[in-house]
Amino acid sequence: MRRALSVIALHLALAAGAVATLLPFAWMLSASLMPKGEASRWPPSLLPSRATLANYRELFVRLDLGRCFANSAFVAIVSTGLALLIVSAAGYAFAKLRFPGRSRLFRGLLTAMVIPAQVAMLPLFLQLRTIGLVNTYWGVIIPALAPVFGIFMVRQYALSIPDELLEAARVDGASELLIFRRIVFPLLRPILVTFGVFSFMGAWNDFMWPLIVLTDGRRYTLPVALANLIGEHAQDIELMTAGSVLTVLPVLLIFLALQRTYVEGITMGGVKE
Amino acid sequence: MSARPGRPPVRARREARAGLAFVAPALTLIALFFVVPVVAGFLLAATDFDIYGIGDFTTARFVGLGNFAALLHDPVFWKALGNTFYFVLVGGPLSVGVSLGAAMLVNARLVRFKGFFRTVYFAPVVTTMAAVAVVWRYLYHPRFGLANQLLAAVGLPDVNWLGDPRWAMPAIILMAIWKNFGYNMIIFVAGLQGIPTTLYEAARVDGAGPWQQFRHITLPALRPMLVFVGIITMIGYFQIFTEPYVLTGGTGGPLNATLSLVMYMYKQGFRWWNIGFAAAVALVLFLIILAGTLVQMRLQRERS
Repeated sequence: MRRALSVIALHLALAAGAVATLLPFAWMLSASLMPKGEASRWPPSLLPSRATLANYRELFVRLDLGRCFANSAFVAIVSTGLALLIVSAAGYAFAKLRFPGRSRLFRGLLTAMVIPAQVAMLPLFLQLRTIGLVNTYWGVIIPALAPVFGIFMVRQYALSIPDELLEAARVDGASELLIFRRIVFPLLRPILVTFGVFSFMGAWNDFMWPLIVLTDGRRYTLPVALANLIGEHAQDIELMTAGSVLTVLPVLLIFLALQRTYVEGITMGGVKE
Repeated sequence: MSARPGRPPVRARREARAGLAFVAPALTLIALFFVVPVVAGFLLAATDFDIYGIGDFTTARFVGLGNFAALLHDPVFWKALGNTFYFVLVGGPLSVGVSLGAAMLVNARLVRFKGFFRTVYFAPVVTTMAAVAVVWRYLYHPRFGLANQLLAAVGLPDVNWLGDPRWAMPAIILMAIWKNFGYNMIIFVAGLQGIPTTLYEAARVDGAGPWQQFRHITLPALRPMLVFVGIITMIGYFQIFTEPYVLTGGTGGPLNATLSLVMYMYKQGFRWWNIGFAAAVALVLFLIILAGTLVQMRLQRERS
């Protein structure tokens, strides 16, 4: 009897938490489907009187937010693709290839992680300005290409690659590049998927740096476009929530599809949000 | 680092060359786009570099600690510093507490659909802060916002969440907890799963209640995770920017009640182009984060 009661109490608490967690998403979706003005009507309604896609149409047709969606996708895909190559090579070398200064360099990288990115932002902006990368996608992408947490993740994983495997390939006369491409890269696949998900989501969700670097509305990524849009359209709740759905949906879907990978990445530790 | 026995030096040299080549792209990028700007940031903080300097670097003058002296006399800086500490010291522990509670609920022995609840609680973590802040801005709307409707449903008076300087920060903290408690929850769940169930069984045989089990088994076992979570949460919370930026339309209002250090740096540096001054704000942030990290690590070492 007591057991049954605590089972019920536990599930009630969990369900209440789940409702509280999902409520903002549910309302966002619901409001985005409402006809104009319905979300700010009194008394407030939780569900659209009739669902409409007009807000989404307005986003794409009148406000050209499809362009910002493409900007976000481009920045996230390119930076993740390049970071995967850079980080996998560096992580593998720090784990498996002996070169002078290796451990000192690696320790230096880890120490550098305590420095918050904001310290670098102002000079970085001036630097990008001199080389003409302000207000370009590359200005957003380049500073994110060699994340230390990624190098760390790959290195920890690569430590488990057996040396004999690499030695055998060397004895057979394989070049280091060939060994990396044919043996190491496939073995690193699981950790690279994890890192890739983190990197993509980080780039997609990033706000402050794109806000600083991008000055032209046509180049805005979705989060920056939204923050800008709410300045003019704060009263247009239905439109703004539709924009939020558009922004959140891709990352939410990727998370649902690759949940296990993502969660394992967090529990490996040393991963920054 | 000596070569492994039996390895011809030619091959060791080849390996070293390959190693350097493999780390070169990453190290070059980090050097150019992190190390150089960080060093430059320290230098900039000692200059009066501003909008006129942007066109012509030579107009910047060395002012030593002048920017820091100016900071100390700037009431807005103190306001931003106070707000940031408010967010870290109130929001941080609350967030860790909620994460721990959620982890224990999700991981409880009797619970079914564990995976489902874990996924739901984690969902806000992966979403875009700027986009959910847009949504929360409406949830906090004084008239038709869901937050006030819920308060009314239980008979509580309306709150002007983002318009009242006393409530604006709590509103941001509430949203921040909703957004990120799932992250630390996952770390705690991993920790909880590492505690042998026999410990709890033995404790129950000895007559220990739930609270005593929590105090004497769960908490000590989770200590390493608590330190890790404490440090990363603190570091992240000190850097708060997007939440107040989007909720308040980039102002940090009402009456600077939600202006954070990073927001202040952003406004000074990128809106008003007081670059030397803004660099000094960034350095203060760095020193605070460094001190906070060292203190937490020290506390941990003393306790264990």
